[in-house]
Amino acid sequence: MSVKTIAGVSVNVSEDGYLDDMNQWNEEIAKEIATEIGIELTPKHFEVINYLREKTLAKEALTIRSVGKSGIVDVKQLYVLFPKGPLKFSSKIAGIPKPTSCI
Amino acid sequence: MSTEKKPLEKVCLICAKGSLEDVYASLVMANGAVMEGIETKVFFTFFGLDGITKKAMNHLHTATTGNPAMRMPGGIPFPTMLGGLPGVESAVSSMMRKQMDALGMPPVDEFLEMITAGGGEIYACKLAVDMFKLKKEDLSDEVSDIITIGEFYEMCDGDRTQIIFT
Repeated sequence: MSVKTIAGVSVNVSEDGYLDDMNQWNEEIAKEIATEIGIELTPKHFEVINYLREKTLAKEALTIRSVGKSGIVDVKQLYVLFPKGPLKFSSKIAGIPKPTSCI
Repeated sequence: MSTEKKPLEKVCLICAKGSLEDVYASLVMANGAVMEGIETKVFFTFFGLDGITKKAMNHLHTATTGNPAMRMPGGIPFPTMLGGLPGVESAVSSMMRKQMDALGMPPVDEFLEMITAGGGEIYACKLAVDMFKLKKEDLSDEVSDIITIGEFYEMCDGDRTQIIFT
């Protein structure tokens, strides 16, 4: 665990750069993490991010399949929004823990 | 000593067996690679072709005989004689597919779609397709092409490429 300043806020992050506490998250932090990855966030990105945060709060396991069935995006669109890391990058930007799912 | 990480860039999988567990092993590894941003190619050959054949792919079986790891619900060893009775393999396989579904594992057709949605590529082996007298239209729409093993190897170039045989 280490402390990192993202968008002017001091937050605790894991070794891989995932926020330890999802309550420390805000939209500015999301934008800065996204920029680091090379993604520019659009309202559609935020729809996915908010969905991931809701499901994490509800303690539901996340998979690209479940996001694909959320009604927000299908799996293909999810890959377009978060290239090369549909669950990994979206989770990081959403301020939730690193995904533990294999699917 | 350099500690620079050299992540995998390409994963090439060969699926040569058609049992439920063999096909899913290939699919899980392929989908996992695509999700990690790794270039992914899967080559289905011999009985593995069942995994991409429209008629068979969503009804794959697991062997109830000759499978020492097979257990009854509750963990008691599965008697080999029982496994050979008509209908048993079918029932056990259907039960297993239901359990996988409960864990959020997609059926084979959907799994193939997930892999290609992320840019993964699916190929069928020409020799095996000819042997089983299959046509392109018998195969899943997610199959890019029917190719030879030589053509597949040509796609497997690169320093950070791994070929995995299941």
